[in-house]
Amino acid sequence: MKRVAGFLIGLIVALLLTAFAGENPWNVFLILMKSAFGSMYDLGLTLSYTTPLIFCGLSVAVGFHAGLFNIGAEGQLTMAVVTAAAVGVLFPNIPFPLAPVVAFVAAILMGSFWGWIAGWLRAYRGSHEVIITIMLNFIAAGLASWFTLQIIPNPNSQNPETAVVSANYMFKDYDLIARLFPDTPANASLGFALVFAVLLWVFLWKTTWGYGLRAVGSNAEAAHRGGISEKKVQMLAMALAGAFAGCVALSEVLGSAGQYRIGFSPDYGFIGIAVALLANNNPLGIVAAAFLMGALHKGASDLDLETTTITRDFSRIIQALIILGVTAQGYWSWMKSKRRKN
Amino acid sequence: MDIFLLITSLFLATLRLATPLIFASMGGFMSERSGVVNVALEGFMLMGAFAGAVAGYSFSSAWIGWGAALLAGLAIGALYAFFTIELKADQIITGMAINLLAMGLIPFLTKILYNSTGSTPALAADIRFGFEPVVMAFVLAALISFWLYKTRSGLWLLFAGEHPQALLAAGVSVRKVRWGAVCASGAFAAWGGASLSLFLASSYSPLMTGGRGFMALAALIFGKWKPLPALAACLLFAFADAVQIRLQGVHIGETEIPVQFVQILPYLVTIIALAGFIGKSRAPKALGRGEI
Repeated sequence: MKRVAGFLIGLIVALLLTAFAGENPWNVFLILMKSAFGSMYDLGLTLSYTTPLIFCGLSVAVGFHAGLFNIGAEGQLTMAVVTAAAVGVLFPNIPFPLAPVVAFVAAILMGSFWGWIAGWLRAYRGSHEVIITIMLNFIAAGLASWFTLQIIPNPNSQNPETAVVSANYMFKDYDLIARLFPDTPANASLGFALVFAVLLWVFLWKTTWGYGLRAVGSNAEAAHRGGISEKKVQMLAMALAGAFAGCVALSEVLGSAGQYRIGFSPDYGFIGIAVALLANNNPLGIVAAAFLMGALHKGASDLDLETTTITRDFSRIIQALIILGVTAQGYWSWMKSKRRKN
Repeated sequence: MDIFLLITSLFLATLRLATPLIFASMGGFMSERSGVVNVALEGFMLMGAFAGAVAGYSFSSAWIGWGAALLAGLAIGALYAFFTIELKADQIITGMAINLLAMGLIPFLTKILYNSTGSTPALAADIRFGFEPVVMAFVLAALISFWLYKTRSGLWLLFAGEHPQALLAAGVSVRKVRWGAVCASGAFAAWGGASLSLFLASSYSPLMTGGRGFMALAALIFGKWKPLPALAACLLFAFADAVQIRLQGVHIGETEIPVQFVQILPYLVTIIALAGFIGKSRAPKALGRGEI
């Protein structure tokens, strides 16, 4: 309940800020709601933001459960999406049911490799995962931009994007969710995201490995005495986190766009942090939190058109204030102690 | 003769590029040594760069921009201190939120001020700093180094991070020491940002820090949380950056080195430095515990 209150405080403070830009906060709120849920088209776009946010929320949450802060989801998903596009462009002749599977497996392997680097460095070299993953994000962006522009550029476009994968990589023809929301990038990967959320829940609470992961996260010393290898868990957690972030390839390449476009992600990896915090790292809660953050992001992206002074960057302010509102649960006891003094 | 010219220009570029890193690293030093983890340096730098550029342009004076960066840094440092010290919020998560806030707040403000979300208007060339920030950065590092070991308040900072109970027993408020340190951290890191927008460039451009806040933090860790070794680490990272800029567009035989490979060099050097040497580096004992 306190998390919901924290969320509301963050959102209200963010809306009040718009008054400084000469807007009516209530009006901004209505625009946000209307543009997130106003029509099937709007809802489809909201859901198309929700899917990658579920993946990234799960990615960040796996890290938190092992006591690690994964802010590298952005780099992990970048590497994975480029890999999926590369497989699709370089091997155009793989037949349909196999093709998306191959691309997907390649993508999550690349994502988990990118996450594992940070886990390995943390486990064996003691390097802090926050700095390492941030640096890896920059490196991933550089590598992805080189691969996109130099190796597999789109010959039919001036935009910085890869060539489009061949049609047998896309599961469009079987996609029920895409049919429900025509003309939007919403697609069946939303279903996969829900399944993965359940799978992560089962993994964390019903398997020995999941138990070990949570044990290291809650008390590394006790876990060590219990015979759980902290090093292995750190590598496993970061590799898993990378794999979840890599699933974004499913919604972006195989499900909708069929290519990697530089800058396609509005920092999904960072919004994933807010998602995981809001859901207290519970995989099932993440689905709801991702929907909420997806809606806010979709809403904020229309502020460009609907207001004169507020732009899509406002989405970042909302996210930051929500994270602060949810994290700083100390204000309840802080206010109590102030009241006592008075 | 060519070699001599190359070395001189690389040396000067290293000094220039090290300036923002040194300021931010000293900012990180203040905060982390007092026991508060600081991954918000990136956001502090962005705010400083922005405030410096806006005030510098409005008043046509780099020094006024420098002063504005100081105020902006103190303000955002105080915000971070309030959340981490008073509300005892998780320091790393709060730090990331502050970064996100800076990234969102700045385009919000530029839209109001200049009706665009891109860069701020450029300063005239003769108003920009010439060399002053380089000198100030080195002086700051030297002053901190002297202050830390030779004065009473410097020891307070050390004890706040190593053994807060002992400081408390000596009758000094750990809370106040940390507040001061985190606010100073905001000010120094903001100067780092301002030296980007008033010295290396002539305006604020979106996300111009490019991860320098995190590099400064890596330099601090690489420098074992000591001011002068951290300064040396900043010089190393700045050298990688200078080499990177120098290598852009260079050909090996027929083929040009892809510019993206060159650009990731500083980030690679940072990872290698952290991974290769961290084993011998020890963090302040009470770092990140939030206890008093």
